Amino acid sequence: MAKVYRIKQGLDIKLKGKAESIIKQEHANPNEYALKPTDFAGLTPKLTVREGDTVKAGTPLFYDKYHPEVKYVSPVSGVVKEVRRGERRRILEVVVSKNEGAIEYETFDANENASIDEIKKVMLEAGIFPAIKQRPYDIVADPHTKPKAVFVSAFDTAPLAVDYDFVINRNLDAFHAGLRILSKFAPLYLNVGPTSSRKIYEGSKEAKVSIFRGPHPASNVGTQINKLNPINKDEVVWTIAPQDIIILGRLFEEKKYDARILTAVCGSEIINPLYVELPKGFAVKEVLCGNLKDDNTIRIISGNVLTGTKIEETGYLGFYSSQITVIPEGDEYEFLGWAKPGFGKMSVSRTFFSWLNMNKKYELSSNLHGEERAFVMTDEYDKVFPMDILPVQLLKAILAKDIDKMEQLGIYEVAPEDFALCEFVCTSKIESQRIVREGLNYLKTELS
Amino acid sequence: MKGLRKFLDKQKPAFEKGGKLSMLGSTFRAFDTFLFVPDETAPKRGTQIRDAIDLKRTMSVVVIALIPALLFGMYNVGYQHFKSIGELANQEFFDIFLFGLWKVLPIIVVSYVVGLGIEFAFAQMRGHEVNEGYLVSGMLIPLIMPVEAPLWMVAISVAFAVVIGKEVFGGTGMNIWNPALVARAFFFFAYPKEMSGSEVWIADKADAYSGATPLADAATLVNAAPNETGSILGNMASSWEMFTGFIPGSIGETSVIAILIGAAILLFTGVGSWRIMLSTVVGAVVMGLIFNFFGGNAYMTEIPYWQHLIMGGFAFGTVFMATDPVTAAQTRKGKYIYGFLIGMFAILIRVVNGGFPESMMLSILMMNTFAPLIDHYIIQGNIKRRLKRAKATNAIA
Repeated sequence: MAKVYRIKQGLDIKLKGKAESIIKQEHANPNEYALKPTDFAGLTPKLTVREGDTVKAGTPLFYDKYHPEVKYVSPVSGVVKEVRRGERRRILEVVVSKNEGAIEYETFDANENASIDEIKKVMLEAGIFPAIKQRPYDIVADPHTKPKAVFVSAFDTAPLAVDYDFVINRNLDAFHAGLRILSKFAPLYLNVGPTSSRKIYEGSKEAKVSIFRGPHPASNVGTQINKLNPINKDEVVWTIAPQDIIILGRLFEEKKYDARILTAVCGSEIINPLYVELPKGFAVKEVLCGNLKDDNTIRIISGNVLTGTKIEETGYLGFYSSQITVIPEGDEYEFLGWAKPGFGKMSVSRTFFSWLNMNKKYELSSNLHGEERAFVMTDEYDKVFPMDILPVQLLKAILAKDIDKMEQLGIYEVAPEDFALCEFVCTSKIESQRIVREGLNYLKTELS
Repeated sequence: MKGLRKFLDKQKPAFEKGGKLSMLGSTFRAFDTFLFVPDETAPKRGTQIRDAIDLKRTMSVVVIALIPALLFGMYNVGYQHFKSIGELANQEFFDIFLFGLWKVLPIIVVSYVVGLGIEFAFAQMRGHEVNEGYLVSGMLIPLIMPVEAPLWMVAISVAFAVVIGKEVFGGTGMNIWNPALVARAFFFFAYPKEMSGSEVWIADKADAYSGATPLADAATLVNAAPNETGSILGNMASSWEMFTGFIPGSIGETSVIAILIGAAILLFTGVGSWRIMLSTVVGAVVMGLIFNFFGGNAYMTEIPYWQHLIMGGFAFGTVFMATDPVTAAQTRKGKYIYGFLIGMFAILIRVVNGGFPESMMLSILMMNTFAPLIDHYIIQGNIKRRLKRAKATNAIA
């Protein structure tokens, strides 16, 4: 029987607009897809295509300058429409315009029974390898290091998250095939929620299964690693999301890079929250078209409200995202907002009268509700941070650029996403995720 | 409100960098953000939504929690005055309250005007935002002053507290000592005559009437001969009077009931730390019990441990001063140690040294000083656990 771990510290933010388990496609057929180098922290991309080139699904678009074997491939077949650049010619997006009709795929010589090096080579060639992230640093895994464990979290407790029971059960064979491949690299930890479907984990003999019970971030791999097999200095752990495991499984079953995933289209500004099944990196415009309430200025987020990235209406879904969340932008002033009783204001503290209605579902905007201040309140982060790490002290060590202290306080175990709830609850509006990201980047440049 | 917003938006450019009035930018922003929660939204990357709370809300909750103590303090100022001149029976409730209001209000005004003035000036000089911290300090300071405190002394104490107690460290969030207590400590040591004895606690007191606080009465027990003990205890206010607060003392500290209402607000909203409040009380009880059993003077043996909790500034300090998040220990375990030691030292100083009847102030200031040290050891504990874990895995490998 799987062991149950109980997470006490955390917070479930109840939002309006959770996607129903239905897949609706009729108006969603975007003809543009993009791969964004900015989704991969610390990546320096080298292009392998030019505008106008014809590509198939699985054709490399760029590779990592410092790890040329790690290739980033096109999710669909068609023509490279544009390489969009930002300041100092930094590549922001490589846009592929999809051909009419069925997607054409590159074929890969993927064989589940081959040697581990062969398997790794195919994964690198086929462009699925960047789906594997490593800790420390929360970056695309270095293919040359051997991880001590691979962690998979097959549920999601984040606000409006994808229902992985629904998603995985539709692709159960590919999911298990993917798990079999991953287990060849290192001991595999498969973590599920208390209500997860048994089919997801009972079919998998390779994985050590644990059940995590409790509020968000129970489903964060960071939390799970910290409880099950914490990362020490010089150790590496790999993590990968369930839908990428399905793509990996398909690669070995069908010999092609089929990047179709189920994406939840959710949030309070969506009329009918539902799922779409499309290849990674699709243009969100056509998917959202006709499904938006039009009474507010909106913010479109690739990912969830805690860790996502704001994108434009003409933007594309990020590589690691499996949901599009649309919320009100909240770029308006509120007269004496801090002094109102606040019956409808979401707060972890009970300083607003919203405690009268604990089960209310909220329609939160992206307004900060205040200005940034120095750290004043204490014990706020501890209430939502379940890892055996002192969050404020670690953040302060990062701000002070004190490498020894960062190491001692456990920076190798964390990713920005682990601090998302700290950022949410912070009275002083401190951007913890940005600080952690900068800390990891700093450490990486200093130590290599 | 749209008109006001338009007006502010029109003025804004002048106060921004490069504008004509940019030297008053912080001041403008302070008023602007006071009137309107800004329209700023979450950055592109990171958490896209935020809790509705901000520092203004937090600080206003503390101010609300102080209101019962403030209102009772005003009433008690009138009550003590009329009692001392023997006119209590002839006064209406509102006359008593208005007398107190008239005495207390100037101290509050001086505290806020001087304190906020300096805060705004510093924010402007340094080019950072005006922090909300002084909203609370500005209310705390009047409540821990004697009602007869001359206003210019209050002003100097406030100035000292804000400049030396806070701004030299970088402002709210960076200070080591609780600014309100720094103000009181400065007052206490600079003008001892106006801060102690039996003449300062009752407004316009009749000369013949004894105006000593229970704490001062009890302090005489330290050097009392055995045959005097009984009469000293007999003169002291009853426990009920101390609990309800109808005794001479600093303006806001006397009523334990009013303070408990404040504590309930702080604990319910989650603004105050229950860990600190609880451990401070436990520390005081433990120390009180030790003295009750092994006392060396009459103060130690004759005042039961529970009475210490309702005497002097203990309750006020526990609820409103020790819990200041900036100057307290920041780690969870550290908070227990910090609170416990505050409680212990408060009682210890009281019963050993008759010269410092108000021990809570000194005890909290001392533990403010040691809070970073306590945290240091808790942090080291976390670090050692991590190193040990690494060694254990290396040993297996």
